Amino acid sequence: MLSRKEVAHLQADVLVIGAGGAGMYAAIEAARRGAASVLLVDRSLIGRGGATVMTQMTVAAAVAPDGEDHWRYHLADTLTAGRGLSDPKLAALLCEVGAECILEMDAWKVGWARDGDRFAAVQAPGHDRARCVYVDFLSTGPAVSRTLRAQVQRVGPAIRRIGEIAVTDLVVQDGAVTGATALHVASGQALTIGAAATIIATGGLTRLYGRNSASANMSGDGYALALRAGATLVDMEFVQFFPIGHLAPRLIGMDPIMWDPFRYKLGGRLLNGAMEEFLPRWGGDAENGKYSTTRDLATYAITKEAEAGRGSPSGGAWLSFTHVPEAELRGAFGPVIDRLARNGIDLTRDAIEVSPIAHYHMGGVRVDAAMRTDVPGLLAAGEAVGGANGANRLSGNAITEAFAFGRIAGAEAARIAAAAGTRAFNAAAAAPALERLHATAARGMNTAAMVERLQRVMSADVGPFRTVTGLARASVALEALRDELGDAPPGVPGTPQDLTRLDWFDLRQMILVAEAVVQGATARTESRGSHQREDFPEQDASWQVNQILQLAKDAARPDLSRVAVAA
Amino acid sequence: MIARLLIRRGGAGEAPRHEAFEIGFEPGESILDALRRLRVSQDPTLAFRYACINANACKECMMLLDGKVIYACTARLEAREMRLDPLPNKPLLRDLATVIAPPDERLG
Repeated sequence: MLSRKEVAHLQADVLVIGAGGAGMYAAIEAARRGAASVLLVDRSLIGRGGATVMTQMTVAAAVAPDGEDHWRYHLADTLTAGRGLSDPKLAALLCEVGAECILEMDAWKVGWARDGDRFAAVQAPGHDRARCVYVDFLSTGPAVSRTLRAQVQRVGPAIRRIGEIAVTDLVVQDGAVTGATALHVASGQALTIGAAATIIATGGLTRLYGRNSASANMSGDGYALALRAGATLVDMEFVQFFPIGHLAPRLIGMDPIMWDPFRYKLGGRLLNGAMEEFLPRWGGDAENGKYSTTRDLATYAITKEAEAGRGSPSGGAWLSFTHVPEAELRGAFGPVIDRLARNGIDLTRDAIEVSPIAHYHMGGVRVDAAMRTDVPGLLAAGEAVGGANGANRLSGNAITEAFAFGRIAGAEAARIAAAAGTRAFNAAAAAPALERLHATAARGMNTAAMVERLQRVMSADVGPFRTVTGLARASVALEALRDELGDAPPGVPGTPQDLTRLDWFDLRQMILVAEAVVQGATARTESRGSHQREDFPEQDASWQVNQILQLAKDAARPDLSRVAVAA
Repeated sequence: MIARLLIRRGGAGEAPRHEAFEIGFEPGESILDALRRLRVSQDPTLAFRYACINANACKECMMLLDGKVIYACTARLEAREMRLDPLPNKPLLRDLATVIAPPDERLG
């Protein structure tokens, strides 16, 4: 047993933080490019937390036979969806390298569904053709996670995998990242990690919102780690809401975004409280049984219809398949129909209630085409990266992005680790972060209730629709939470599975990231994509710029500035 | 409706004890819903494990309900006394949380 001040240390060429699609792909690629020791850590279990495993169905990639699709067509759709804010180089990498990764995943036997001798594909809203491959309607994510985890294991001892490690800070020496400090959740012990290159693959920030479609561990921690280490964040105001998240009745054992595949296959009808179609009232198409409405428009329509007093009983909209014959329902979703029946839902008879749910973050860590941040030794991959998807992400682009950016980051990290002149980890540089891990607050605090409060603030005033008044209210509430949180976590260091302490470390990051979202959203006085300002309802051409955030040393809050969109 | 959860508390090596919590619920809610709400409303120090909340994708929330292995995210609350214990065949971390990571994916 280590004494309190004796801290375990791990050393690696490449540290990958997060074992979802991006992190696992990065680890595989780093090892393949010669990194002798890759350390893959996750705050949950390896390959089981985060967003990848939660993917229901679609993965967008131009993998149709020659002449039928091209990654450039996929890029054109991605840029259109991004409404002028995407970094075109990153978007191109997503589409081009992503397609290569989809084929590699096929070779790794992920089991993409086949239609004869080609990949089966569906056309998702915003895509100009059927381009979204899948493994199964509701279990693409688990298949992807399983395949990558098996591949990581196949690499052998070059990749060490350790779960239950929550990274709390990056260690910076002379302006370069040399490793990290972390809380080993299972034991409650602090540890340090030294690495020549560190990849942030921690996913997004959906946990800032009470209703969300990812795992409980997407706290935006990677954004906060990057910001505190001196890296730049971009487009933080652009949070994507998935319009038809399950709302009622209570449905368990299934992901709240599970209705998406139903929409792909069977269309379905979105209806207001009076069982009337309402999408055209808010600028949408009369879908006529086709799933054609993009996410931002559907989110807008459902929210506005409910605000006008025409919502479903729980404040969303009805989604109905009652017009679809039972045989067709069963043919399309077989056993899922039985799982729904166990939740008391009979789709031939009952509509269900849906409403927008936090789903994905377009913003994130600013990187170059090699996934390098502004800080030497620090890279990012996957949803943690900002910029590829601009103001709105297309359906199916998240997993593709995870693969592509993971692969690129892994290759670059291996190159950095092999280069001469990287600084060696110096424990002294980790001292302030370790002190925090060993601290105990003088007073107790209910950090679980504080997380819930933060989620309520964000849902009420920093959801898809924002006003200057609401954002100011959120800012004040976040400030109060920050004061309440103080400088030291509650509880006793070294307590196994201490969720109260873990929540404290999460809140420290969540508050900073929430403030970054509020800051970006307050400054952007226009409506564009997923960022809708009710007090500035029009898109404004002069706002076709990115907003970036940087945190000066020892400053409490980041500085916001505008930059031209990358060419 | 109100469920009475009898929850095993304490860490490895401590004498086993059970603590009772009463919690209101809506029909259809899961044990995990209740445990998460208990942390907010009654005792934030309650230890259990989960990642995916609702989807039965992470498979982390296995525990015993009245002696039978369940996933807390798919077992429904009932208006009665429900006894929760950690998995008996895994090393205990604390309360309902046990060591379930594969041996080669642990810190050691």
